[in-house]
Order: sequence, then C-alpha cells, then structure tokens
Amino acid sequence: MRNRVGLALACALGLAVAPGISAYAKNKHADPARQFQKQLAGDEKILQALNRLTWGPRPGDIQEVKSMGLKKWIDGQLHPEDITENAVLAAKLKTLDTLNMSGAELVRNYPTPQMVRQMVNGQLPFPTDPDRKLMLTKLMERFEQRQAKGGDAAAAPNAMNGKALSDLLSPQQLRSLRQGTVQQRLEAFQTIPKEKQDDAIGAMPQGLRQGLFAIAPPELRRRFEMANGPQQMVARDLSEGKLLRAVYSNRQLDEVLVDFWFNHFNVYLDKGADRYLVTEYERDVIRPHVLGKFKELLEATAKSPAMLFYLDNWQSVGPDAPQARGKQGAGGQKAGPRGHPGLNENYGRELLELHTLGVDGGYTQADVTEAARCFTGWTILQPQRGGEFAFNKRVHDEGEKTVLGVRIPAGGGMSDGEKVLDLVAHHPSTARFISQKLAMRFVADEPPAALVDRMAETFRKTDGDLRAVMKTMLESKEFFSQGAYRGKLKSPLEVVASAVRAVSGEVDYAWALANQVAQLGQPLYRKQEPTGYANSSKEWLNSGGLLARMNFALQLADNKVPGVKVDAHQAARPDDPVGGIALGSPEFQKR
Amino acid sequence: MPTRRFFLRNSALAMVGAGAAPRWLERALYAAGGARARQKILVAIFQRGAADGLNVVVPHGEKAYYDLRPTIAIPRPTSDPGKKDDAALDLDGFFGLHPSLAPLKPLFDQQQLAIVDAVGSPDPTRSHFDAQDYMESGTPGRKATEDGWMNRALPPSTGNAAGKVSPVRAVALGPVLPRTMRGSVPAVAMQTIESFQVRNAEAAKQFEQMYTASKDPLIQAAGRETFEAVAMLQAIQRQPYTPAAGADYPRGRFGQSLQQIAQLIKSDVGLEMAFADIGGWDHHVNELGPRASVGVLANLLREYGQALSAFWKDMGDRMSDVVVVTMSEFGRTAKENGNRGTDHGHANSMFVMGGGVKGGKVYGKWPGLEKEQLYEGRDLALTTDFRDVLGELVSRHLGNRSLKIVFPGYDPKVVGLV
Repeated sequence: MRNRVGLALACALGLAVAPGISAYAKNKHADPARQFQKQLAGDEKILQALNRLTWGPRPGDIQEVKSMGLKKWIDGQLHPEDITENAVLAAKLKTLDTLNMSGAELVRNYPTPQMVRQMVNGQLPFPTDPDRKLMLTKLMERFEQRQAKGGDAAAAPNAMNGKALSDLLSPQQLRSLRQGTVQQRLEAFQTIPKEKQDDAIGAMPQGLRQGLFAIAPPELRRRFEMANGPQQMVARDLSEGKLLRAVYSNRQLDEVLVDFWFNHFNVYLDKGADRYLVTEYERDVIRPHVLGKFKELLEATAKSPAMLFYLDNWQSVGPDAPQARGKQGAGGQKAGPRGHPGLNENYGRELLELHTLGVDGGYTQADVTEAARCFTGWTILQPQRGGEFAFNKRVHDEGEKTVLGVRIPAGGGMSDGEKVLDLVAHHPSTARFISQKLAMRFVADEPPAALVDRMAETFRKTDGDLRAVMKTMLESKEFFSQGAYRGKLKSPLEVVASAVRAVSGEVDYAWALANQVAQLGQPLYRKQEPTGYANSSKEWLNSGGLLARMNFALQLADNKVPGVKVDAHQAARPDDPVGGIALGSPEFQKR
Repeated sequence: MPTRRFFLRNSALAMVGAGAAPRWLERALYAAGGARARQKILVAIFQRGAADGLNVVVPHGEKAYYDLRPTIAIPRPTSDPGKKDDAALDLDGFFGLHPSLAPLKPLFDQQQLAIVDAVGSPDPTRSHFDAQDYMESGTPGRKATEDGWMNRALPPSTGNAAGKVSPVRAVALGPVLPRTMRGSVPAVAMQTIESFQVRNAEAAKQFEQMYTASKDPLIQAAGRETFEAVAMLQAIQRQPYTPAAGADYPRGRFGQSLQQIAQLIKSDVGLEMAFADIGGWDHHVNELGPRASVGVLANLLREYGQALSAFWKDMGDRMSDVVVVTMSEFGRTAKENGNRGTDHGHANSMFVMGGGVKGGKVYGKWPGLEKEQLYEGRDLALTTDFRDVLGELVSRHLGNRSLKIVFPGYDPKVVGLV
C-alpha cells in the first residue's frame, strides 16, 4: 500500500516519468509552436489525460487507464451517463439534503431568521415535517431572545443564549457531559431526550460543542451545524458537495466540466435571493448540459432565476412598456416619475462579453442596449421564495430592435430574447471564444491557434455540440504534446482536490477542505464578479498563495484538516520526514 | 557626535562585510534611509465594480444632477439637524461628500485630502474586466501590456545603506497578486503579515530549497521572492500590532488590509508601494436605501471612509512620507436606471490623501451634466486622465521621473496635487 501511494505521488508529480523541466518553463525559451508538435508517449500520455480530465490522479489510476486503454477511458469520460457512479460518493452526499431540493423547498427548510419570523406570522408556509417546524420555532425563540438582549445576531448563538445548559439538563446529565472521554460525552448527549437536544446544542460552550461535533455521526453533526443558523447549510452543502464529487466521483470529466461551465456562467451565491437559487442552478441548469448543445446551456442560464437575479435582468423594464408608463416597475418598485426608463443593461452586456461573443467579439454599446431591450420582461416570480422564470409582457419593450445588425421586428414579446440567444449562440465569435476558453482550461494558457480553429470549426459544424468540441480537442496532437504537458498551474480547488486524491484521503466531511480552497484564494460559489475565476496559471502564482499551498500540504499530511483522514505513514517518506513536502512541492502545483 | 543614522550605516556595513546583517539591523537601515532621504510610499486603493462617483463626490451645485436622479440623488447640504445626516457634506460650495464619508471630512478640511473629479480612463469600454485591466496595466486600450503600472513605477533601487534591496518593496494585500503589481520587480501578495510564513520550520527549509532550485523559471522566481520576504517579515510577525492614536479600523477585509499596510510601513521593512482593493461597487439596483445614509452604497462607503480615516490616524506623522490614491475602473450613468441603481458609465472621481498633498480642494475641470455635456449622451465626461494623477504621484512623490516607462505612449499633464 505504501508503495502504491508513493508511486501515485511520484506520478502525480511527474517525478518518475517526466523530464525535469516543465512545459511552460520551456515555452519561455523554446519555440512554443514546436513544443506543441512534440508528442507525448506511454505513461506521460496517460498522466496528461489524468491531470487534465480528472481532479488529479489517485494511486492506481495510471494502471487502470493502461489496462482499459487510454482511448476507451477518454471515450468513457465523455459519456458520463454510462459510468456507474461511486456508491461511496452517494452515501456521503446523502446527508447534504439541500442538494436535492428546489429553491422553494430550500426556503422552507433552511430559512433565515427573518423568514422564520414570516413563517410564525403566517406570511410564509412552515415546512411540513413537524420536527423541522419545531426546530425552526426554537431557533426563532433563541434568535429573538438574543435580539431582545441587544445582542449581535451574527454572534455565536451560544454566546448569548436565552437558556443556560444548567436550565435545560439535570445535574446528572450536566455532569456526564462534562466528564470522561469525548466518546463518553457523546453517548451522554445521545441519552438526552430529543426535544431538548437542539436547545442543549445551542447552549453548549464552544469547546464542548467542537469536541462532540468532531466525532458525531452525520445526522447529529448536521443538527450541530443547524444550530448556527439553518440558512448557512445551503452554501455549506454546495461547497462540500463540490469537493466530495471532485474527490470521489467516477465521472471525473463531468465534474471538471460542471465546474468549468458554472464558472463560465458565474453567479454569486451571496447576492440576495441567489442564496437559494444557486443549488438548482448548478444541478438543473449547468450539469445536464455540459456535454450537450451550447445553445441549450445558454438558454437554460438565460431563463434561470439565479442568473436573472444575479445580473438584475428580472428588474429590467422597457422604457415604453405599459407598466413603466404606469410608473410601476418590476417587483412592485416605483420606476420613477415621468415614465422613467427602467432598462437594466447588466445581463445584456455580460451575455455578449462573457457568455458568448467575448469582449473582442465585435459588438458595440448599441448592441448591449438593444439586447437588454429584448430581454425586458424576462423576470422571476417570487424570487425570495425560491423563484420561477416568468415572462411579464407588461414590462417588455415592444418596439423594434437591431442586435448585431439583425432586425428584430416590433411585437415579438418573449421571442425577442430567444432570437438574441439564437443569434449569439450561432455567431462565429462565440464558436471561437468558447473554443479558446476550453483550450485554455484543458491544453495551455496560450493554446495554439490552429487547435482553437479546429475546435471552433467543430463548434460551427455541429451546431455547438460541446461533446464534439471536446472530442476534437482530446483527439488533437496538441493536447498530447510537450507544449501542453505539466504546463498549467493548478487552481486552489485543483490543488486541494488533487492532494486529497493523491494520498487517498478519506473525507468524512468537506467544509474544512472548502475553507482551505477559500484560503488559497478561490472561495467556492463566491466569485462576486461575472467573469468567474481566472483560467490562466499566472493568476494563481504569487508568494502568499504559494505559502498557503505549502501550509495546506503540511496540514493535510499531518491530519490537521478536520474531516479528512490520511494514513500518516503513507504521507511521510524518508525524504519527507514532516510529511506533506511532496504535496507542497513546486511540481505538485502543476498539472 | 555621530548621529544614529551614521552609527547604523557604519556598523551595518562592517557586518555585511563580515557576512550577513541581522534582519533587525537591515530594517533599522531602511528606517534610517541610508544615504537617501526617507523612503516615500505610495498606497493605491482599487474600488472594484465601478463606484458611483457622482454619489460619492456629489455635485450638489448642479441642477441636472437632481433632475437625472430623482430617487437616488444625495440631498443638498443642509444645517437642518433632522436632515443633516442624509445630506451631502459640503466641500466647496459645489461638491459635497456622501454623508457616510464623514470620517474623511476632517482630512479634507486639514488639506490632507484632495479630490480629483471627472477623472478616469479615456478608453470607452464599459466592461469591468477590460476597464480594470487597463487601469491596472496603466495602458488604456492596449491589452498586450504584460506588467502593471505599479510595478513599472518602482524607482530603480540601490537598496538601503548596506546596498540591500528589500524583498517587500511592493506588497499587495489579498490572496492573489493583482495585475497592477505584476512585472519584473519582485512583488508579494499576502492576506495578512501573520499568515505569511511556513508553519513548520523544518519543512520551511526543505520547501525553500525545492522552490529556489525549481527548473521552472516562474516558480523559481516566485519561490525565491517568497522566502526572502518571509525572512524579512519574521521578526514583526511575533509582535502584536496595536494601531496608534486609538485608530479604529473597521472589521472586514479592507480595514484589515489597511492596518497591515500601516504595520508594514511603521516596521520599516522597506515598503515603497502597497495595494489593497475593496469590491462590491456595482450598484445596478437599489443603490440607496430609503434615505441616503442607509443602503448598499452607504454601508460600503462607511466601511471605506472609516478604514481610510483609521489609516490616517494610525500613521500620524508618518503620513508625510505616504500618499494614498484611490481609483475605480469607470463611473456610472449620470441618470439613474429603472431599478434605483445606475449602469456602467465613464468618468469618476479619485481621492489623493497624504501629508504632502495639496488637499482641501476638488481638482479637475467640471464638464457639467446637461445632455449635450454628457459622454455619449449618458455619462459624466472625462476631463482628467487617471495617468495625470498617478504620473504626478510617481514622479513628484516617489521621485521616479521615467514616466515614459511607467505610462508608455502617454505624456501626463500637471494636476498640481503634490
């Protein structure tokens, strides 16, 4: 076992099989075009595929791909629906129940304190589960007590809790919680009647709570987390889910692509209602389309409450729309006096600049404004309650528009926006922009133009079939070339996931790993700008980031990352007495 | 009688001759400045997301401003105690500060804060990404520029009196090195001074060896810069930092960034150029709450103003060596949009703060807000290029006269700020 891990690490690092100099080092000195002609062979070829199409090679992966055949393995990854998913992953995702909920269900089951208050006042429905209803009501009581005491709502709930632990428990229960090993304390806690447990969690001192949390079974752990406010579970589940999938999924390329396309069509979790909209956005809008038709992916994002909210289109009102004339904007807000125009250009601009044509794709400010006019009326029903796409013709600009030289006649209603999507999805700049971005992620920071041209050609010929575009790239000589090999610096998420995979880490829960990713500069689902995170190596190369990577490697190998277990003997090697040196080494930062 | 500086220089030189100077001594030499005058420092602040300059530096003397923004204009200055807290703070009878920037008013009054209005990048782009890129590279309209203006603006260094060039001449606070600091001069990014180290001394040695020996030139260079900077900061990491004069930095990343910069400056580690950013200015919707002093813009400006004011207090006399300059990629539409917000516009305002600044004045020609005066009929027009402001600070404050290198293809005009 130790040897297998050692080998995997060596392979992951490219030590056993790679020449010492990295590709992007060579590019600085040698003619880059020639480097993309030099072909990889044998294990290097397999390692290249593993490094680019997965979240990092695990012990044994090279052998597995070898025995299956590289071509067959790649083909399999391109058809994730035919891959049996890892049962271990399914079991680990099971407790993260928000991942399967609709926006409306999330609001009901994981509300903010303000929403619970609305539930109490009858303005919002309570969840149907009586246990959940009771828990929320109790949380509300605690929240109100804190507020009444003038406390800071953001402060730790136990700090100013209404009830002290001694009010809740018998002296004997209290004693047993304070004595013995953590295991004994946990057993003592589990003997407390269920209806008192949530109150007790809320009243526990921080140290006791953390101790119990670390060894609690998943369902109990969740109740501990809920005590800090149920609304934060949505974000937590998303990040944990992403890491668990990256580490455990058999459909590795699928997971890489979900991450890529979410980032391409980035939305920001912390913007208002998006807190409850991102879960279904990733699951139902991004995930099903990552190897499908670009147009369908684009249209799904355009009609998603998450995107409509993030880029403000749901509030955009046509200047001459009936409702604007009636002085009332979307969402019941005053649109201002004198039929004040309510056009919001945010989505129109990012659609052209970031989602499709690219900033140099050949559009003007007038195209942005005209596109924005086309999308007026594309809005959300009840965004604060889970949201649903709707077209509101009362705020739609019915006039004639011209987008990218194409006339869109007056009176088109909702089809105006659909015409714009059709137009930009089939625009040659889009084929090129998307191909370039994929090649940057999978091949090189500066991918060879000839490859991008061929990918763009496939894009055009197949009506934007993303699987076909991927295939063109993965069958290219450039993908398996010295110019591409080990030439990309890993992003923080890639570093963290690949490190856990390289040492066969057992992930019990993943939020601490997610915190590490954030520390390294990539808080998940929290890129505020619509650009998404950078796709190029040099964005991630800096001193503070390098130090953070080294510290993460040491912590991981030393079993200091909560929720993750690695076999310390496996991580430590004769040349690595403190453990984690290999994971923090320069070579491991590359893929 | 030999001065302290003289003593330090000579004894340090003796030690360098014999081997290596201890770090405390090296730092003392940066403090003394060696043969040169005391180190001048430029701190640049980037407000990412395009701050609404017209609601930050309010042209309350302009009628059109109130016509264009019926629901989100900042009310005219008033002495009415009931309305004062939601009204602009008058600066010069025409411009006023947003009420949340009250902590900066004393700086303006003491002539340590200057404002430049109708300033920005001449490039017409309204893309956040492109506009930030241009402002950080210092070359509007030119994407191929590889390095940032802050990196190019670092004067050639002869080092301190012992000939040692500080590894932390340029520091950006944050998880990634911003474009504006990238380039040939070593620059470091750090989240906090305290976290800037490898937590295991044995491992640190091994990592240092591996990174400095890496055959990948980019990683090798980054590794070498990193470990030199780590060594430099080791001593000050152990000392808890207490801001001077009761300066109270607001919680949150921006306030913390400025506090770290103050600590670096006061620790005399050889800092010349610092960068911090604050995001969240892209207010397309409900920019103001029910009153001017509440809502998203007001909250963000409060954090922003308190942080700058705390920095100023904390720095005290050292402010005479420091200039802080703020920028944002572009301004926002003069007219409010249909959602009580503003869309992407053109010109904006910049703040310049420091002991040597000719403050207490709003610089720049005001172009007006009438329809025909607006840029492309919708945005505040530009009358000052942001490179005029930065160029002046680089040449007159930092003493780097090679502006042709810092802002290639541009000849900065005199604003008269310093």
